[in-house]
Parts: sequence; structure tokens; C-alpha cells
Amino acid sequence: MKRKENARVCGINELAPGIFSLWLESSMAAEAKPGCFVGVYPKNGAHVLMRPISICDVNAQKTQLRLVFRAAGEGTKEISGLRVGEEVALLGVLGNGYDTQAMQGKKLLLLGGGIGIPPMLLLAKELSDAGISCNAVLGYADRNDFLRDEFDNVCRTYVATMDGSLGTKGTVIDALNENMLMADICCACGPMPMLKAVKGFAADCGMKAYLSLEERMACGVGACLGCVTKTAHPDPHTHVNNTRICVEGPVFDASEVLL
Amino acid sequence: MNLKVNIAGVELKNPVMSASGTFGSGHEYSELTDINRLGAVVTKGVAFEPWEGNPTPRVTEVYGGMLNAIGLQNPGVDVFIERDIPFLRKFDTRIIVNVCGHTVEEYCKVVERLNGQDVDAYEINLSCPNVKQGALAFGQDPKVLEETTAAIKKVAAKPIIIKLSPNVTSIRDMALAAEAGGADAISLINTLIGMKIDIERRRFVLANKTGGFSGPAIKPVALRMVYEAAHAVKLPVIGMGGIACAEDAIEFLLAGASAVAVGTMNFADPRTMEHVAEGIEAYLKRHGLEDVRELIGAADA
Ligand SMILES: Cc1cc2nc3c(=O)[nH]c(=O)nc-3n(C[C@H](O)[C@H](O)[C@H](O)COP(=O)(O)OP(=O)(O)OC[C@H]3O[C@@H](n4cnc5c(N)ncnc54)[C@H](O)[C@@H]3O)c2cc1C
Ligand SMILES: Cc1cc2nc3c(=O)[nH]c(=O)nc-3n(C[C@H](O)[C@H](O)[C@H](O)COP(=O)(O)O)c2cc1C
Ligand code: FES
Repeated sequence: MKRKENARVCGINELAPGIFSLWLESSMAAEAKPGCFVGVYPKNGAHVLMRPISICDVNAQKTQLRLVFRAAGEGTKEISGLRVGEEVALLGVLGNGYDTQAMQGKKLLLLGGGIGIPPMLLLAKELSDAGISCNAVLGYADRNDFLRDEFDNVCRTYVATMDGSLGTKGTVIDALNENMLMADICCACGPMPMLKAVKGFAADCGMKAYLSLEERMACGVGACLGCVTKTAHPDPHTHVNNTRICVEGPVFDASEVLL
Repeated sequence: MNLKVNIAGVELKNPVMSASGTFGSGHEYSELTDINRLGAVVTKGVAFEPWEGNPTPRVTEVYGGMLNAIGLQNPGVDVFIERDIPFLRKFDTRIIVNVCGHTVEEYCKVVERLNGQDVDAYEINLSCPNVKQGALAFGQDPKVLEETTAAIKKVAAKPIIIKLSPNVTSIRDMALAAEAGGADAISLINTLIGMKIDIERRRFVLANKTGGFSGPAIKPVALRMVYEAAHAVKLPVIGMGGIACAEDAIEFLLAGASAVAVGTMNFADPRTMEHVAEGIEAYLKRHGLEDVRELIGAADA
């Protein structure tokens, strides 16, 4: 059940310049699916809206969840200053998430670009636990990588950097081509140009693709219609081909969304 | 102790309701807050046919509030009747349908379609700043507002609440025009027109460039306008604009509102409306008052 609830900080550290890992003790961990997200509320009352952040990992007992995020603007900067023992308000669990059941017996490719990498970790872990074979390709701007060793522990991991300082020089698509990686299904999260490229790439080689989309949100629960994306078919809420990323997404079949 | 208020013949069990567009048709928030504890649910704007709304980004935060340019995406009155009314009727609360249109005829068609339905009142949105053609145009000229109100009143089988825009020179004149047109009540304020620019990208943050400004930052303006409107007309007034807690709501009641609506702060805490209702009750106790109606307009007594 969706709820707003305080969570207690049990660990926070900086993984790379400006990229933070935050472990929170929260009952929501038990309901977390890969691809789902939570809304994190800054304490400063001048910020009235939650910050949507993907669930990156869950501990084995399912009592803690982990968020990995970039301190981008004022809200996420405040959140990056949380200390162990402090409380923070969460709205969750939000979004549809990936249906890993439907991936049984398939070969998977996980693509993460920049701050789109974190949600792919929980997905990689669940797939690996379910015995589903997957490869991951992680795209970074430069040699300031994060979470790479953790992906290495659960699947075969490839890297691309825009400046060529690690792995393939270029995008995740360049790394796919260079390593001739193929799969039945690919799952991608990252900046819009990357998602567009993945959609095109998957269509060209007849691969099924799921994309994790991002949009500015107010309510996070489907009430305000702030966070929509254009779809190929009528959406379930309004029937006008504008579907809500916070409820019907953030994970969409690439062929269903018009980017 | 009495918490009931009466808006144009519709009795509300307490004076707290949702502000249109921030609470969907209740469904989305039903696991997060107890709808039975609300005086009324005011729905998202309902048009005659489905509306697509504006391009994204549609929302952004600003200091102490937010901007929105949703553009009234909605599935149209038929889906509303089939899906949303039966859902809301499961709860012990009043249903106020927010009505939007591009033309006077469209407003009238929605109202006529809803007349036979199990809803309690209509809130007529003559003040949406985000729709190019219509809406706000009806709400900025007193003469047009009066005529539009009269035309809708003629076909309405339920009380009509005219929702006023703050983007006018004289809110008094607009309130008087609504009264002259036959409104049963007025509600205000809708959003102020605002803007935000991303200086790194050197672009407007919202695709629509401008958006409706709401949230705690607008409360002083909203309160002043509610006061002016309440003093200009004899109609009951529903006050809104930045209400975050019971203390804010009580200010609106003291300024002359008979009921209040909570919008943006539902996003900050989905239980804000419950807290406001509980807090009003606690305030009455603390001040030894028996009836919430003793507060209405009491700042001027
Ligand atoms: C479903 C989803 C999952 C996300 N997961 C992650 C994640 O795992 N890690 C991570 O670092 N970031 C993630 N983001 C992006 C993150 O929400 C923004 O970076 C964050 O909201 C910025 O807030 P701010 O106060 O620091 O920035 P400001 O620019 O000060 O924020 C102003 C307003 O704009 C909104 N906003 C700004 N940028 C974005 C954006 N890119 N997407 C959505 N809203 C934005 C903010 O929420 C806030 O309401 C996710 C976004 C979505 C929609
Ligand atoms: C996201 C959003 C959507 C809105 N949609 C509507 C609408 O459909 N019809 C309407 O009359 N007002 C709409 N409003 C205005 C609110 O009902 C209210 O008048 C305004 O936001 C001020 O109250 P607040 O500061 O408590 O939010 C909307 C406001 C927001 C923030
Ligand atoms: S953020 Fe409100 S509908 Fe998605």
C-alpha cells in the first residue's frame, strides 16, 4: 500500500564526486521491485514537492532500501547532507517496476547511463537470483565511475565512457556494437538521447526493449497529471495517448512510448 | 461541537475539501488519506470531451510552491460518470464536480450531462490560466463572467460555485459579477500566473513557458482576495491558496470563507486535509467555541 512514512538513515557515503549512496531503514523495502522509486521529501519547507529517486538496492532481510543519487539541485543537495540516525520522509513505493517473472528463460541486457545506472543494480540482482542470464553495460561521462564493482559481482559488466578514460569510448550503444552484445530483451535507464538511441537500436535488431522514463512530478501517485509521456495507444486514465509516468511507468515497453 | 457548514444548500460535515486538480477524482489518494474525513471532494476539471493537455514539462517547484501547466488533461464527462462517480459515492463525503470548457456551450453541455447524476454541486472553472482558448478569458471580464454564469445557472440542476481567477485588477468586481449572474457560491483563488527560467539551459522550465503558481507562497495574496470577495457579496465563499495546516485554514475562515480547499500541500503530505480538519476541531475546543460557523468572517467583528 502506498504511504508517506519516515525512514531512518543507516548509512550514507559519496561514491564518486557528487554521487551519493543512502541506505534507509524502511518498511517499504519489503515492497520494492526493480524499477520502482520513492519520493524523498527535503526538510526545508520551501520545497513542497518530493524528489523522485529510484530504488537501487534492498538488503537481504528486506528491511533497508538504498538510493543512489546525484546531488543535482537544492533538494538533492540537502538530502545528501543527511546523517546516520536522522529521519527522512518518503512517499512510496511508487511506479510499476520491471516484471522479472516474464523474463524467465530469456537473455537480458541491462543498459544504464549516468544517474540511470542505480535502478539497474536491483534488476541485475533479481535476475541473477532468478537464474536469468544478463549482461550489463554502464555508461559514464568519465573515469569517475560508481556501482561498477557491484554489477561485476552479479553479472558480466561492460563500460563505456564519453571521454574514453574507461572501457569503450562513446555511448552504451558503442559498447554494445564493439562487444557484439545481443539479447532477447534489453532494459535501459538514462538520459533521453540514450533512450531514443536504445529504442532505435532495439527496433533495428528486433529486440524487445523496456525503457525507464523520467519526468518532473508533483504528486507521484497519478493525481495531478504532471508527469505524462506520449503513447502509441490510448492511456488507461484519460484515453488521450498521454500516460502517467508515475503510475503506468516509469518502465514502458519502448514500442508503446513516442519519445 | 458543530463542524458542519452549509454551502448553497449543500451540507458539508466539515469545512475542508480538496482543491480541484490536486486530488484527481479521489481514487489515486484513497490509500494515502481517508476520504470519509473530508467535507467534500472537488474533482479535477471535467470537460465534455477528452482533453489532451499541454506538452511536458508541466510542473516544477518554485520557492514555497509550484507552477503547473497541465492544460486540463481529462477523459471527458462520460468516463467521469461511469468510473469516478461510483467510486466517490462509496465514501461519506460530498462530490463537487469541477467543470471546464472552451465555450459557454461546452460548459452547459457538461452541466446538463451531469444534472441527472448523483453529485452535489458544480464548481465552474472560469479561471484556468493554462488553456489557450477559453477558461481564463471567461474569468477576466466582469461582463463576460456574469453572462457565462447566467447561462450555466439556467441549465444547472445543482448549485453552481463560480471559481474566480486572481489574475484580475479587481476581485470585488468579479465576485459581484458572479453574484449578479446568479452564482450560488464562489471559490477562490485559482492559481496566479508565474514563470521559471533555467539559467543554465537558458530556457523556460515549463513547455508552456508560464504556469499557475500555487502553494504556501501565495497564501497572503489569496487571503486578501478571499477577504475582499467575501465582503463584496452575500454568497458563501470557499477559500483556498497555500493552505498547509489548520492555522492557515482558520485564517481563511476568519477572513470570511465558509469552507476551505487544500491543493498543492496534498503533494507535500497526502494527509494534510485530515490534519486541517482535526486541527480546526482542536482550535474550537481550545477557544471554548461550540460552532465552526462562529469563525466565519470573525476577524472583522
Ligand atoms: C522516476 C524517477 C526516478 C529517478 N531516479 C533517480 C535516481 O535514482 N538517482 C538520481 O540521482 N536521480 C533520479 N531521478 C532524478 C531526480 O528526481 C532529480 O535529480 C531531482 O528531483 C532533482 O531535485 P533537486 O531539488 O536536486 O533539483 P532542482 O532542480 O532544484 O529541483 C526542482 C524541481 O524539479 C524537479 N526535477 C529536477 N530535475 C529533475 C529530473 N531530472 N527528473 C525529475 N524531476 C526533476 C525536482 O524534483 C523539483 O521538483 C529520478 C527521476 C524520476 C522521475
Ligand atoms: C497541479 C494542479 C492542477 C490544478 N488543476 C485545476 C483544475 O483542473 N481546475 C481548477 O479549477 N483549478 C485547478 N488548480 C488550482 C487549484 O484548485 C487551486 O485553486 C490553487 O492551486 C490554489 O490552491 P493551493 O495553493 O492550495 O494549491 C490546479 C492546481 C494545481 C497545483
Ligand atoms: S506526478 Fe502527478 S500524475 Fe504523475
